[in-house]
Amino acid sequence: MQQQPLLEVKNLKTRFKITGAYVHAVNGISYSLNEGDSLGVVGESGCGKSVGVMSVMRLIPQPPGEIYEGEVLYDGRDLLKLSSEEMRHIRGKEIAMIFQDPMTSLNPVMRIGRQITEALELHMGMDKKQARDRAAELLTMVGIPRAADRLEDYPHQFSGGMRQRVMIAMALSCMPQVLIADEPTTALDVTIQAQIVDLVKKLRDELGMAVIWITHDLGVVARLVKNVAVMYAGFIIERSPVEDLYVHPSHPYTLGLLGSLPRLDSHERERLISIQGAPPDLVDVPQGCPFRPRCPYAIERCVEENPPLLPVSITHESACWVDVTTGRPR
Amino acid sequence: MMAQNEMNATLEKQMVPAEDNLVVVRNLKKYFPIKRGVLQRTVGHVQAVDNVSFTVKRGETLGLVGESGCGKSTTGKAILQLDRPTAGEVIIDGVDLVHLKGEKLRQMRRKMQIIFQDPFASLNPRMNVGQIVGEPLDVHGVARGKEKEERVKELLKVVGLNPQFVTRFPHEFSGGQRQRIGIARAIALNPSFVVCDEPIAALDVSIQAQVVNLLKDLQGKFGLTYLFIAHDLSMVRHISDRVAVMYLGRIVEIADWQAIYDDPRHPYSQALLSAIPIPDPVIEAKRKRIILEGDVPSAANPPKGCRFNTRCPVRQERCFIDDPQLREVMPGHWAACHFA
Repeated sequence: MQQQPLLEVKNLKTRFKITGAYVHAVNGISYSLNEGDSLGVVGESGCGKSVGVMSVMRLIPQPPGEIYEGEVLYDGRDLLKLSSEEMRHIRGKEIAMIFQDPMTSLNPVMRIGRQITEALELHMGMDKKQARDRAAELLTMVGIPRAADRLEDYPHQFSGGMRQRVMIAMALSCMPQVLIADEPTTALDVTIQAQIVDLVKKLRDELGMAVIWITHDLGVVARLVKNVAVMYAGFIIERSPVEDLYVHPSHPYTLGLLGSLPRLDSHERERLISIQGAPPDLVDVPQGCPFRPRCPYAIERCVEENPPLLPVSITHESACWVDVTTGRPR
Repeated sequence: MMAQNEMNATLEKQMVPAEDNLVVVRNLKKYFPIKRGVLQRTVGHVQAVDNVSFTVKRGETLGLVGESGCGKSTTGKAILQLDRPTAGEVIIDGVDLVHLKGEKLRQMRRKMQIIFQDPFASLNPRMNVGQIVGEPLDVHGVARGKEKEERVKELLKVVGLNPQFVTRFPHEFSGGQRQRIGIARAIALNPSFVVCDEPIAALDVSIQAQVVNLLKDLQGKFGLTYLFIAHDLSMVRHISDRVAVMYLGRIVEIADWQAIYDDPRHPYSQALLSAIPIPDPVIEAKRKRIILEGDVPSAANPPKGCRFNTRCPVRQERCFIDDPQLREVMPGHWAACHFA
């Protein structure tokens, strides 16, 4: 039963040294991912969700960045200890990533075909002809019509949604075991977002890869992933299977996030429950619980001690000293 | 020509009783010329807004939704005469603004204000909060000196900022706070009509709710009339009394906030609604979704007939010939589809 997870992140900590002070972006996050799993990482801007996965991919510019603690085990190896040459073989081939902005992630002066075949030749050892055929196949797979003709086109000849499809084709080109999607639909319109979400879902099921989907949108992950981790101030503050998170949100921050979203299917218009204040400055993260200054449930203990993830049920954990259903300490 | 007359006739019906309408927009067009070559000759036009008509009642919020490039922001700016319309009428409080110039237009501007999307770009970084919020008071000669100071502090209080902040500069504030400064500036002259152009799009989810709650409170307190422009249909539904859906420079559907979700008639509105995720996996699993093919066509060369015919899942032959006009499918519910 206890199989070794495909990707295991243990107590990962990343900080940036900016004008003499440390910005604590990621403060000890842990998660694991099995084959074919899907994990949604949800949080607002600056919560460390992107830095977390960039650290896994070792894409943090160092300096000013520094991964100063933790392990990233992939297939038994600690990625943080690999040489940059070894890491180059992991990136793209074993773990691939798609980024938020398809406008800036593609090289504007390189033909689409070449941008895809580059990785195929490098990682898969294909020759030019094989790589080209495979590139056309990949573009067809992600739903680009007349794919073979479009290999000669430049990125500006594609629309935003089509560019994101190209990015996905590139990410899938070497059949990675893990696909990390960092807000891939944020820059796109909702009707195009729906196309992309469906595409990734379909490809995940067909190819059996594990997916980490990073987003600020609790709605998008609802129909896409199996498990959700909610991040705040560089910590994972709640973790649960997707169905349970929306029915029994157990961290005051998650409750607040869900309350601040008006629902398309609601028939009443109650006042939105907004979270007061703003996220903390990550230069001096307050002692105790980072959410305490904004938390309506805060108790004495929250001032001194930062709660670790505590079990709510067998599969559900929340980093809060208070039981939000009763408002009393747990 | 026939269609045009018909449309004017239906519009008149839509506008009764006229005295309740603060804003009347009739056949509004905004075309941008496309210039090419050394001589910069006009080779075509981007029809950003094409024949848009609607009304906004006093104290009402009309939501205007659509995807990027559909012309919703251009509509807002053309109404306020920030971008002069190519054709059409914009009547606010009984005055047609389109041909108004100079001092007369400036007088009207007191009644209509705008809140911009980007709280980082819309505040002058070299001005402090007191100057930013006080500027409209200066420009229109409403208050000066001590009186102005008091008024600015009061405005800051109203939008939930500390009145002591008057001497601070925009960079010292978070996105949500900056948006509050922008709101304070917009309401400084007691306007009756405020265009909110994607006021929450640049903000985080937990902050969005704060700003929307504030806008609602201000509306209650000062009887403001809003045109709320956004791409987020769930937020638009939350704040609006009626919702208009735009596609490629046209309004394709207008209905009250409940009907737009319960009974959308235009196939684009239906697809748009089905594409918006609901934060609830149980409901999500049951929802039927319409995934549109392809992208929005170019507004420089819109499709003949119905503008949605390149992506419409229910198109018929007729849709490639006949351009459907808005018609009343239910009392107060208008859709521009032959089959609505």
